[in-house]
Amino acid sequence: MSDAAIKLIGLKKSFGAVEAVAGIDLEIADGEFFSMLGPSGSGKTTVLRMIAGFELPTAGRVELSGRDVTRLAPFERDVNTVFQDYALFPHLSVIENVEYGLKVRKVPRRQRRERAEEALASVRLDGFGQRRPREMSGGQRQRVALARALVNRPKVLLLDEPLGALDLKLREQMQVELKQIQRDVGITFVFVTHDQDEALTMSDRVAVFDDGRVAQVGTPEEVYERPGTPFVAGFVGTSNLLTGEAARSVFGRDGAYAVRPEKLTLEVDGEAGVPGTVAEVIYAGPVTRFVVDLDAGARMTVVEQNRRTGTAALGEMRGKRVRLTWHEEHVISVKENADAA
Amino acid sequence: MTVFHRHPRLRLAALLSAPLLWLVVAYLGALAVLLVSAFWTVNGFTGEVVREFTLANFRTIVTEEVYRNVALRSLGVAASVTVICAVLALPMAFFMAKVASPRSRHWLVIAILTPLWASYLVKAYAWRVLLANDGPIDWLFLGHGPGYGLTATIIVLSYLWLPYMILPIYAGLERMPTSLLEASGDLGARPGRTFRTVVLPLIVPSLFAGSIFTFSLSLGDYITVQIVGGKTQLLGNLVYANIGAANNLPFAAAIATIPVLVMVIYLVAVRRSGALEEL
Repeated sequence: MSDAAIKLIGLKKSFGAVEAVAGIDLEIADGEFFSMLGPSGSGKTTVLRMIAGFELPTAGRVELSGRDVTRLAPFERDVNTVFQDYALFPHLSVIENVEYGLKVRKVPRRQRRERAEEALASVRLDGFGQRRPREMSGGQRQRVALARALVNRPKVLLLDEPLGALDLKLREQMQVELKQIQRDVGITFVFVTHDQDEALTMSDRVAVFDDGRVAQVGTPEEVYERPGTPFVAGFVGTSNLLTGEAARSVFGRDGAYAVRPEKLTLEVDGEAGVPGTVAEVIYAGPVTRFVVDLDAGARMTVVEQNRRTGTAALGEMRGKRVRLTWHEEHVISVKENADAA
Repeated sequence: MTVFHRHPRLRLAALLSAPLLWLVVAYLGALAVLLVSAFWTVNGFTGEVVREFTLANFRTIVTEEVYRNVALRSLGVAASVTVICAVLALPMAFFMAKVASPRSRHWLVIAILTPLWASYLVKAYAWRVLLANDGPIDWLFLGHGPGYGLTATIIVLSYLWLPYMILPIYAGLERMPTSLLEASGDLGARPGRTFRTVVLPLIVPSLFAGSIFTFSLSLGDYITVQIVGGKTQLLGNLVYANIGAANNLPFAAAIATIPVLVMVIYLVAVRRSGALEEL
């Protein structure tokens, strides 16, 4: 890892009696696409707002490229933000919105226009400069907000759930575009989202937030394949978590274990595997989810690709006796109560 | 009530007949009488109204210097009150909408509204006591208080109409997403610049909406100026004097058309800003 673009040291934030961020240490490398993933209320947006300077930490430090900026105002920091509601100025045209930061920094008029046009072209909005934000669609506004931030060439771009208001198709398209833009401009992106697909698809590394703390930091693959806590196992993708009596009976040893639904295989006839009964069959287009009640007393979800199965056959599966098999290497041992440690 | 269900026009008539009757007869009717009588005169000998069309009243108002001065002074007072209210209301409304906690915001709105529950006369007389010779304000300014007169009138009118300016601006600011202010700061603008380039342009309609109240209320006032204005004469006094002592109703009507005309011009001028949607 090269020189850290962002360093958070013992960062805390309380709102009255509520502790939103309970002590966070993170290093985000230069040029990294870094996601902060977590459910609402887990503190990820508050951390982003402290990096931007909108909130003052209760304790701890924020460093940007080695410089302590904890107490600096937003206009004194070399970061720009893409807001969840885009926050485009409604009384200014699109090009004036994009120019705003350059105008404030007294970039000469002609150069300003040029750079703003360039930024608009980079988000494929050339020719839209004279429109008002309200005359544009959600996806277009989102790209204007992106251009308005990128045109200032900040060291760090902060994105606060920028795709949250878009519909699924557009969101998937923007995910690809954002990743491309980040690779092209090469600046550090800090991306806040509650959508695990989004975080896994785009990021170099992901920090999973749980109740004001970072539960785990790692590459998407690490976080998905080797979740460190039951919370991470449950929040990033779906997991079948086995604890206590059920774990003892299935694995023959104590502990907490997680198996991803797609790693399980459903056997209708056969002797090997753990026995159970199909409680529910949910057809979901490309895949089918089987909910299986194990005789050992746990409920497991199995995901199977719909390569052969037809819907008629699926209906008959409900209530059938089955056996579940998996490879030992796909069993994840998660330590319980990681937060208490 | 199925009759109403089957006949939407009947439903509409039942809903609107009373307010429409009021609007046409009481409201527009009075305005029409005012306009028509402004073109009549009074027989100087018998004191009876002569119902013949003449422009004599308006000729007098335009040519006689006294009336021109009073009209201009009234405009000046209304404009000053509006500017003072705007300057005081902007930071106050901004604090209420964007700085204060939601709980204290609630109390602040109540605090702004309570003076409106008190009688106008009581408030004006309270100021008469404050502004009296050797009164509290004189004492505060070491004997150099403004005393009764034009300045006192402007101060008291600004005090009376301030809530009407604060409330629309507060409403406008509250509708404005806070993220716009953050975005401006994020893009490098200091607070002063954010105020000039983001806040102010976005609340111009609210500002105009408030000014419609402060301006028209000041322009028509004649009580405050009687209580704290000393010898100052405004349009309202002239109307009052011509109805009472001078018994010249047509001339009073002619003077009364001036504020109406001014307000119509003002409304047309600010209409384009979207202020009328803010009322």
